[in-house]
Amino acid sequence: MTKEVAVIGIGMHPWGKWGKNFVEYGVKAARDALADAGVSWKDIDFISGAATMRCGYPGYVAGATFAQALGWQGAEINTSYAACASGSQALAAARSKILSGEAQCALVIGADTTPKGFLAPAKGYRPDDPDWLRFYIGITNPTYFALYARRRMDVFGDTMEDFAAVKVKNAKHGFTNPYARYRKKFTAEDVANSAMVANPLRLMDICATSDGAAAVIVCSEEFAKKIGKSDAVRVSAISTVTPTFPNAVVEMPDIATDSAVAAEAVSFRAQLPKKAYEEAGIGPEDVSLAEVYDLSTALELDWYEDLQLCARGEGARLVREGATTLGGRIPVNVSGGLACFGEAVPAQALAQICELTWQLRGQAGDRQVANAKVGITANQGLFGHGSCVILKK
Amino acid sequence: MPNTPSNKPIVAAVEGWYTMDQDKPHLIGTCCKQCGTYYFPKQDRFCRNPDCNSTEFEEVTLSRTGTIWSYTDAQYKPPEPFIAADPYEPYAIAAVQLEKEKMIILGQVVEGTGVDKLKVGNKAELVLETLYEDDDNVKVIWKWKPTA
Repeated sequence: MTKEVAVIGIGMHPWGKWGKNFVEYGVKAARDALADAGVSWKDIDFISGAATMRCGYPGYVAGATFAQALGWQGAEINTSYAACASGSQALAAARSKILSGEAQCALVIGADTTPKGFLAPAKGYRPDDPDWLRFYIGITNPTYFALYARRRMDVFGDTMEDFAAVKVKNAKHGFTNPYARYRKKFTAEDVANSAMVANPLRLMDICATSDGAAAVIVCSEEFAKKIGKSDAVRVSAISTVTPTFPNAVVEMPDIATDSAVAAEAVSFRAQLPKKAYEEAGIGPEDVSLAEVYDLSTALELDWYEDLQLCARGEGARLVREGATTLGGRIPVNVSGGLACFGEAVPAQALAQICELTWQLRGQAGDRQVANAKVGITANQGLFGHGSCVILKK
Repeated sequence: MPNTPSNKPIVAAVEGWYTMDQDKPHLIGTCCKQCGTYYFPKQDRFCRNPDCNSTEFEEVTLSRTGTIWSYTDAQYKPPEPFIAADPYEPYAIAAVQLEKEKMIILGQVVEGTGVDKLKVGNKAELVLETLYEDDDNVKVIWKWKPTA
């Protein structure tokens, strides 16, 4: 009986604002992943799609949409929606299907076409919907990122220069990534000169939204062996745990935290990697590189601490010392991160998997982390969704 | 209090979420009769504490002062359903921690107070101020006002 699933194929469509149908991006990513795996479309017996909420019904049934686009061939399908963690949840569904023996080889896929500007809620007067209410009273996504960033400044002594250093680092990393949308070596001055959006975060501290697609082919160990890919990268852990009541931090889209009268408050972000480390049987000291959700520059520093790459409050020191830069002790976001990509929600968690796979195979070119053996992803989105995936060589 | 003089009636922008006491308004929440957990917005059907299966709640007014947990501002006009003044005026936003209820509540900061007047750990109190004005009414919302 197989214990882990193998990642045998990966593919992406470049991120950008291409204005095309999301299905077109997904088909390109899927075909690249199939070619990378060296398997045929008809070898796929499970298609696990990450849903998009912005592209109408085809987006809600992404699994079926891609199964049809690539040619109905009788495989079983699934669609997952878990906000920013949709891709990881789709991967988890594929892993379960394979580990239970019900499937051999699965396509996991996410693609999106995004509107311009702020992400806005559905229309109508709906005060019972927290996502509607917060916009009504003037609280947008950058508000939350800025609250976390300011808290770091006032509590840990982080500076806006520290936040800018994250952008500069990620811009340098993503400069040669052919799938990245922004490929320019931005400087600290560029960040400082960009418009203030939500103090202390400037336009260049906050990630954009992008079109994009990513696809991953996973299979059983038996299947990998059969096609001569026994040494393929393995999925060691997938954590998609919910928060634990009462959540300590005010999370998008809520306007209040849980009350911590009846129990001690718990940090959600820190819970995600905790479960992943336990499942993989490793610790943060074993990690060669991390791909984290830098929705804002400051949030990347929170992730360093949640992933236990350093103690709480020491995140800024890591970026100042260059520890998280390519060539440093623990490189973070060598893909360029969301800073260079902009977020394509259902594709983003899978793009993180693609980058780790390239890195662990030693195929990352100019971005290659020397001797990479273990990689970890981390992301978090609305309504208690988040994920952390560990891949190993 | 509405920030511009108007003869229009003053009504809540979100009905039932706060007392309309112009001097000392309170947010209205609920408290679980079994485990004591507070809820804002109100929760009166089921308790979300995993160790509690209560369906009994008491409506309560929440503390109207707290400690600033963090703060920011909105330099760009938010999308609908936000109704912005024309021309758009940026405003600050604070996350304020209530000691007794052990929860953090977001809200705009009163007009004319920018982020330079705010600091994590300082005190703030709840007031009512205009969110927007339509043809018939002045719609007020809760806002945080720094007190120290």
